[in-house]
Amino acid sequence: MSSQSRRDFLKTAGLIGAGAVGLKPQKAQAAPKKVVADDRMGVLIDTTMCIGCRRCEYACKITHDLPTEPEESFDDRSGFKKMRRPDESTLTVVNEYPPAHNPNLPTNVKVQCMHCDHPACVSACIVGAFSKEENGSVIWNESLCIGCRYCMVACPFQIPANEYYRALQPEIRKCDFCFERTKLGLVPACVDICPVEALTYGKRFELLKLARRKIDSNGRRYIDHIYGQFEAGGTSWMYLAGQEFTNLGLPALTSEPAPGATESLQHAIFAYFIPPALLFSLLGGIMWINRKTDEAE
Amino acid sequence: MHHLTEPRPVEGKFLTPTVIALIIIVLNGLVWLVIRFIFGIGAVANLTDQYPWGILKGVNVAAGVALAAGGFTTAALTHIFHKEYFHDIIRPALLLSFLGYMFAGMSVVIDLGRFYQFWHPMVFWNGNSVLFEVAICVMAYVTVLGIEFMPIVCERFIGRVNLKGVLSIFNRPIDLLLRYSDRILDKTLFFFIITGVVLSCLHQSSLGALMMLAGQKIHPLWQSPISPLMFLLSAIAVGFPMVIMQTIITERSINLKPSTYILANLGKYVGPLLGIYLASKIGDLVIRETFVYLTSFSVASVMWTIEILFGVIIPLRMFFWDKVLTSRPLLLTASLLLIMGVFLNRFNVFITAYKPLYAETPYWPALGEISISLGLVALQILLFRAFIFIFPVMSQPIKQLRTKTKYAIRGVIR
Repeated sequence: MSSQSRRDFLKTAGLIGAGAVGLKPQKAQAAPKKVVADDRMGVLIDTTMCIGCRRCEYACKITHDLPTEPEESFDDRSGFKKMRRPDESTLTVVNEYPPAHNPNLPTNVKVQCMHCDHPACVSACIVGAFSKEENGSVIWNESLCIGCRYCMVACPFQIPANEYYRALQPEIRKCDFCFERTKLGLVPACVDICPVEALTYGKRFELLKLARRKIDSNGRRYIDHIYGQFEAGGTSWMYLAGQEFTNLGLPALTSEPAPGATESLQHAIFAYFIPPALLFSLLGGIMWINRKTDEAE
Repeated sequence: MHHLTEPRPVEGKFLTPTVIALIIIVLNGLVWLVIRFIFGIGAVANLTDQYPWGILKGVNVAAGVALAAGGFTTAALTHIFHKEYFHDIIRPALLLSFLGYMFAGMSVVIDLGRFYQFWHPMVFWNGNSVLFEVAICVMAYVTVLGIEFMPIVCERFIGRVNLKGVLSIFNRPIDLLLRYSDRILDKTLFFFIITGVVLSCLHQSSLGALMMLAGQKIHPLWQSPISPLMFLLSAIAVGFPMVIMQTIITERSINLKPSTYILANLGKYVGPLLGIYLASKIGDLVIRETFVYLTSFSVASVMWTIEILFGVIIPLRMFFWDKVLTSRPLLLTASLLLIMGVFLNRFNVFITAYKPLYAETPYWPALGEISISLGLVALQILLFRAFIFIFPVMSQPIKQLRTKTKYAIRGVIR
């Protein structure tokens, strides 16, 4: 009789234990902090300066060997009627939004990869084809990619584009912060060509100071918000604007790094393989007890 | 323990009208598959930069893996909790899981942009990626399922390897190999069985973490921090109903005597398991206060209500009803409802709930991807049928009971 109840107890304890160990998503330790260089570079986009000449689109296409129309065709402003997104042949686009105050001056917003400090794509990629480089760029490694497109699911800014119509070697394309140019000490192509200095390239912490100075000294021109300072845990590319960023097609995001919760969950479940090993021994124990019982009977 | 049944290859006609219909569905899928491999995945699927994942991932992978949970739940029940009573259903359940995982993997490979680099995750690791964890666990689990299936292959072919022509020189080595692996497996199978259950728990829950990374692109009704737990609980709950559904349909298809009592006893476990899942769903709804989204009429609220009402609550009530457990049509209905519920849950998390930021038109699967998706399912059913015709999977009444006196003590007198 006593052995019977002991056995039942063990069975129940085993069941509860299995539930507690293997099944419960624990939020134990946070993921190890990504090492982000202090003097990483960034770009400050002042949308109040942008005139919508779209020369950045042109320069980007030339630099990345993408098919492009002649430079003059970019002067055509009729394209602004439609909201565009970066795609596999256009890594950056400029959109136009209704003005905030002055009816004559619409707001132009350049869109490209934000180069997050804690990029969701880097966390998501199954083979680690994305990496956050020391200079701030988030770049894609062609030789590793398997084309699963989880980066596109993960990106909080919906930036990466895929070549769906190529059967062999389709590429994930997005702005690479002109990694090949900055390596040589050049500034990114779009920043280089911008005629009105709407784009400022520099160290991120200095750009933040500059942005703060601009807002403080010209409070009527700017709203008091540097988009990208905290969004998604901070981004290398940041925006200034004269109206709310949600009106300008930029998503409202919290300061929580995009990959945060899933990474800590993942590391909790696999912490030194202890939870899986515990679950294994628990199940093994239950199996052993039950088999013993069966043989005894 | 005396079994009046033994697993044997099924005999009879393989080709039936249903089988021919399935072959046509497979061929149709094959045509689209050729187009996919020549012109790229975009040629057959309505995938865009806004909607990178379609039904090949949401249905064939996510739902497919959940519905292949019959294998590990049955293995846990019969081997770990040692309920020998259910011995007859373990082999079909194992086979269906094995095929389910193989086809989930095939669907991934078809969907991959660079399908020929599908092996990269085994070499290039990213420990932060949930998808990496899913991939490794699934690959390991398919291997384990293959090993668990090996004794059946051994049983079928030991002493019966009979290759023709030039290949006949391999007959003896293969036979020896089978005998050798049979001996080893006899002693080590318990290890693989437990490993299989652990791996299943890991990747079933990780699948639930996949879409968490999409953040606010997932509708709040499904974007839950306990999503991994809910995925695991629902997979465990749907395991036995899958076995029940599969057993009832197979028995009808090959004219077997229905094993009503086994299924009724198996059905008894479903109610409590499903209850735990429902509790987690409702608890999540109340704690995160997402019920506010149910007050408005939208695609999301309607789909959520269908999923929970018809896919969880109604089958839950049915499985707690003795009349349902003993009636085959009712038991099949309850099982199908629950299977639909878990299928819909995966579909909702991966497809319905996914609202990209800049989509102009909502995603709707294209004819091509539907064809490939259906073709994969049809081929899986066909292979299941072929396997039970080749291997001793289905338990059937022992042949020629009148010769019992002569053979009943087989195993004692050799």
